[in-house]
Amino acid sequence: MSRPPRACIAGAFEHPLRDAPNATTTQLHYEVARGALDDAGLGFDDVDAYFCDGAVPGFGPLSMIDYMGLSNVRHADATELGGSTYIGHVGRAASLIAAGKCKVALITLAGRPRQRKEALMFAPAKGSGLTDGAPEAGFEHIYGGITVALYAAAAMRHMYAYGTTSEQLAWVKVAASHHAQWNERAFLRKLVTIEDVLKSRLISDPLHLLDCCVVTDGGGALVVVAPEVARSLKRPVIQVIGTAEAPGVQSGGRNVDLTRSAATITGPAAFAEAGVKPADIKYASIYDSFTITVLIQLEDLGFCEKGHGGRFVADGGLISGVGKLPVNTDGGGLCNNHPDNRGGMTKMIEAVRQLRGEAHPKVQVPNCDLALAHGTGGILGMRHSAATAILERTG
Amino acid sequence: MSEQQTQHAAFGRPIPAPPVSLETEEFWKRARDGRFAIKRCVSCQEAFWYPRAICPLCHSSETAWEDSPGTGTVYTYSIVRTFPTGPFAIGFVTLDEGPLVLTNFVDFAEGDLAIGKRVKVRFVATDNDGPPAPVFGPA
Ligand SMILES: [Zn+2]
Repeated sequence: MSRPPRACIAGAFEHPLRDAPNATTTQLHYEVARGALDDAGLGFDDVDAYFCDGAVPGFGPLSMIDYMGLSNVRHADATELGGSTYIGHVGRAASLIAAGKCKVALITLAGRPRQRKEALMFAPAKGSGLTDGAPEAGFEHIYGGITVALYAAAAMRHMYAYGTTSEQLAWVKVAASHHAQWNERAFLRKLVTIEDVLKSRLISDPLHLLDCCVVTDGGGALVVVAPEVARSLKRPVIQVIGTAEAPGVQSGGRNVDLTRSAATITGPAAFAEAGVKPADIKYASIYDSFTITVLIQLEDLGFCEKGHGGRFVADGGLISGVGKLPVNTDGGGLCNNHPDNRGGMTKMIEAVRQLRGEAHPKVQVPNCDLALAHGTGGILGMRHSAATAILERTG
Repeated sequence: MSEQQTQHAAFGRPIPAPPVSLETEEFWKRARDGRFAIKRCVSCQEAFWYPRAICPLCHSSETAWEDSPGTGTVYTYSIVRTFPTGPFAIGFVTLDEGPLVLTNFVDFAEGDLAIGKRVKVRFVATDNDGPPAPVFGPA
């Protein structure tokens, strides 16, 4: 393929911890930054762009840059797309690099949700008087719109519209557990069956406990570099050949389809930029906050027809070496890791492992030279984000 | 409390006092009278949800409150089984005026709540003497 050289992912690092009672969140950021820079063969002084999410402690990216002693940053960015943020960061970093604004972009994620004792609920409004906060709060938060409930409502609608079954959803978890059994750092390594998923506790109809991702502490980091920097390093050259991001909007409640995500926008855009088709992809990291998330995104990205996601994932469709599309070979958010309730970072990291041939031998896709990572942040079908990145190994 | 205000019924849950803003004060004032209000754009004539000052469809500032009968159809739902105050039903109603509304479903027995069911608004008291909140039950 003759296209100009693109930005490359030179460093990727997943924090080894899944439970971090003895480290601060900022310390985890620092550790993953060092890990990804070491992986790339670069140092903190090489970093000239820094990206984080909107939930980092302190004053946005400024606290983090100051804390980590990053002295050469010329672009500081806090982006909030929810869990897909870090996939979006890769696209933004690649654009900056293409524009000549930076050469080494560092992206970090860290969090410790396991250490938070309060339930994951929206706090009731305090006192009386008028508020000036989230515009939707009075019409959504008060109804107990916890994440699992709204994803469950999407699953219910998908079942109604397309005949999707709980067994089909369970296959997503079964595939994740097949992969996680080989990942010694996975939070859940036990192989599970369809029956195990269906017999697990119902959390929010129709989603069972095993339809839900793990809650883990930890984090990860990526280093995105200019092509000439990538060629000077000792790591395989992993080019970012197509990226896209899009918020999913509700248009005043007049354009809501809970069975569709903004991946219907980002998938075609990223594939067009990369000049490849879904059938060309050898490995895919697909955001798996819940089993239904995977199914809807696979459809929206064009890996199968709309409504056929259930059939696509059934019978081991996502298991490496078994199915037609190996997905989340680290065990994904369902089994391995979902640090800070944000899965986009680990999606990118496993895609990089696959392209480098550094995934576990039991799950490594042979000759994996083209991979996709996709994330959904926020609430699927409602107020959400989609971000897609297509990566190619070129050297 | 008006007759329409019911206590937490089957599948209901205690609802915290809604945050009220300059843009939504009128909605909650009408709610205290048992009236369910929606916003409609004077310019494009479309109803939208949640209420706000400017129309998110055509971006006109000419928007008006109107009382709605609060009738519609269940678009989707879920019953949250693991909640500190007990199971509750959450989901979306497609109002007859068009907009999709996130809500809690009440007064349904297990197995009766289903996609496509006709529903009607009712109000339930909220915590800390907040304005009553609209929820939906069998029409
Ligand atoms: Zn309008």
